Amino acid sequence: MKLPIYLDYSATTPVDPRVAEKMCEYLTIDQKFGNPASRSHKFGWDADEAVKKARQQVADLINADPKEIVWTSGATESDNLAIKGVAHFYHKKGKHIITCKTEHKAVLDTCRQLEREGFDVTYLDPEATGLIDIKKLEAAMRDDTILVSLMHVNNEIGVIQDIAAIGELTRSKGIIFHVDAAQSAGKVPIDLKEMKVDLMSFSAHKIYGPKGMGALYVRRKPRIRLEAQMHGGGHERGMRSGTLAVHQIVGMGEAFQIAQQEMATENERIRMLRDKLWNGLDDMEEVYLNGTADSKVTGNLNVSFNFVEGESLIMALKDIAVSSGSACTSASLEPSYVLRALGRNDELAHSSIRFSIGRFTTEDEIDHTISIVREKVNKLRDLSVLWEMHKDGIDLSKIEWAAH
Amino acid sequence: MYFDHNASTPMHSEVLAEMMPYLQHCYANPSSVHSQGRMAREAINYARQQVADLVNAHPSQVIFTSGGTEANNLAIKGCIQGMGLSRLVIGATEHPSVKDVAASFESFMQVDTLPVDSQGTLEGIGNGEIESLLSGQPALVSLMMANNETGAIQNIADIAPQIKAQGHFVHTDAVQAAGKTVVDFASLDVDLLTLSAHKIYGPKGVGALIFDKKIDLGAMLHGGGQEKKYRSGTENVAAIVGFGKAAELARQNLIENVSRLKRLREYFEQKLGMLPGVIIFSEKTARLPNTTFFGMDTSTNTNGRGIDGETLLMHLDTQGIAVTSGSACASTRLQPSHVLMAMGVGEQTARSAIRVSFGLQNTKAEIDQLIDAIKAQIEMIPYLEIVEN
Repeated sequence: MKLPIYLDYSATTPVDPRVAEKMCEYLTIDQKFGNPASRSHKFGWDADEAVKKARQQVADLINADPKEIVWTSGATESDNLAIKGVAHFYHKKGKHIITCKTEHKAVLDTCRQLEREGFDVTYLDPEATGLIDIKKLEAAMRDDTILVSLMHVNNEIGVIQDIAAIGELTRSKGIIFHVDAAQSAGKVPIDLKEMKVDLMSFSAHKIYGPKGMGALYVRRKPRIRLEAQMHGGGHERGMRSGTLAVHQIVGMGEAFQIAQQEMATENERIRMLRDKLWNGLDDMEEVYLNGTADSKVTGNLNVSFNFVEGESLIMALKDIAVSSGSACTSASLEPSYVLRALGRNDELAHSSIRFSIGRFTTEDEIDHTISIVREKVNKLRDLSVLWEMHKDGIDLSKIEWAAH
Repeated sequence: MYFDHNASTPMHSEVLAEMMPYLQHCYANPSSVHSQGRMAREAINYARQQVADLVNAHPSQVIFTSGGTEANNLAIKGCIQGMGLSRLVIGATEHPSVKDVAASFESFMQVDTLPVDSQGTLEGIGNGEIESLLSGQPALVSLMMANNETGAIQNIADIAPQIKAQGHFVHTDAVQAAGKTVVDFASLDVDLLTLSAHKIYGPKGVGALIFDKKIDLGAMLHGGGQEKKYRSGTENVAAIVGFGKAAELARQNLIENVSRLKRLREYFEQKLGMLPGVIIFSEKTARLPNTTFFGMDTSTNTNGRGIDGETLLMHLDTQGIAVTSGSACASTRLQPSHVLMAMGVGEQTARSAIRVSFGLQNTKAEIDQLIDAIKAQIEMIPYLEIVEN
């Protein structure tokens, strides 16, 4: 078995070899390297053709029209474009936006920026399951609400929000609905002919495509308007300028096509591995599953090991690449804001590990992971005074710590 | 045969070789704290040094973006927002990614345009005139270092101090200049400078903004705080690594590449000059070594009818020759080049314009074929006219 074992597929995935192979056809001199905006020669036309095909492949996975796909440099840009684009276009209609405390930073930081620009943002609290109570969402809606932005699958705890139901509500109220689907595309079926979603963000590198590539779905019927955030050249029907990175786009298209073809069987395999991992850890003392098990993406397992500090555990697990939460916030040592929003206390939030399983994970790797995690958790607990006190039956929450 | 290297370049095979491991083997998210994530982070830092070296900047001055367009947008919007400016000045021949940003500002701030002379630079515009055009409240002044259509090189090192002396900030779009001429951020005295990878034999979808940290730069993309909060979003590791390698190759081979491109272009222009009525734009000023933008003088040719550039390049395309009538980014539009209009070129001549931009893989034999094809088309013009009449 090759070490370290990669169990951080929610942070990013390796490019599928089939995807890499396609991408390589659009780079060097003996290949189709042209600028798709070049209308005067075959190099440009070939590149444009490749972009068209990829647009169809992406649209197919989510049952959309290819004309509804806008290429971006990644889901962060898609989220920024969707939220700022709507806010700046529809600000005369209203300045209120609703989102949730457990959204990705790309949504939260964008909303913070809009607050600085004079918008009013409501940050909903999720239930302990990690899901939004649709009644509370409805209660938060106002006459001047122009946008609801909620993620489909949470990046840390993997819970799947009922987007279809929320879409019915937002549409009936005439509010635009944006969904960050970076973690759900290719893992959860998405049908945009059925779901009443107006804008949806996608990332390539979360489903075995390249980094630096994403897309924004922009509904045509009813038509959603956006104010462009990047200017110059008027690519992507004026919504997003900049030379199209053909090899990246081709990679995203191929990745989405593979996902469409293999999602059902792959999900089944990954679910079995995930359940095996949980069964291997579940019987340990003071271990908690974060996020409801009833509505969870197959590859995610977020576990709190009480009385163990998450970052120490990650360091101890040097043969296993996992994270204590989102990669985008892992430079900070604060406990996960997602777990805290779920009502987990700081200690449990601090002791959490996100295992995310993917296409290239093997059963051997899971077996090995179970034994290492058990060993290291026990070792760290043996060194912990708090664990010792807990074992002695002392209720730590009742202790009054002396100040120094 | 590809003669459109100012639109995009094929990627160098060594660049591809550097990138591949970062797609399939070292693929972790550089923000992840585990060892694989840290390896990806190190790769980015290495590339940052390589890109900094290309333009003699410090690695901490490099912000990676999704390309030249984003870097230009970030430079202008970020500087204006961060420095609290309410005025933008651009050159008359800027790339659409600067021009369109300026257009989007027009409704709520003062936007001025600096004219160019007949050669496409500020050289022929008097110092006094520039000074009076720039007088007034502090602005960000955005001037491209080398024009994508004509290849005309603006003497930024000369102009920047003059502009800054009036209390303004200076951004230069060096997307076309990098790899084809010396770009030295430290001695240019500009505040912000834009680079793109796919114009220097690197991958598409990655670029950089080089900035002086005296500039309080506002961010355009929010969420995650990557690139020291100046540009959020998971880093495109493989492309950044490719950009780094391309920058290193461009720096190492600059003199050799420039002289090779110059030889090709001289050979081409010598032959082109023998054709009747050909005008080479920006011929009398310093130009990028690889670029020839030319048109037909309608008065000496075909009874004033001239030739339509679009028609010419379609004919060339049928013979497997790729050239363009101007910027790829504007090639869906049918207006004559805004660059030529700003230089005072007549509309008819501007409509006949063809841009040939050479690359490292072009050969003299290819140029011979290109010349033959252009010649055949020009000779056809009188007959085309008879048919039309």
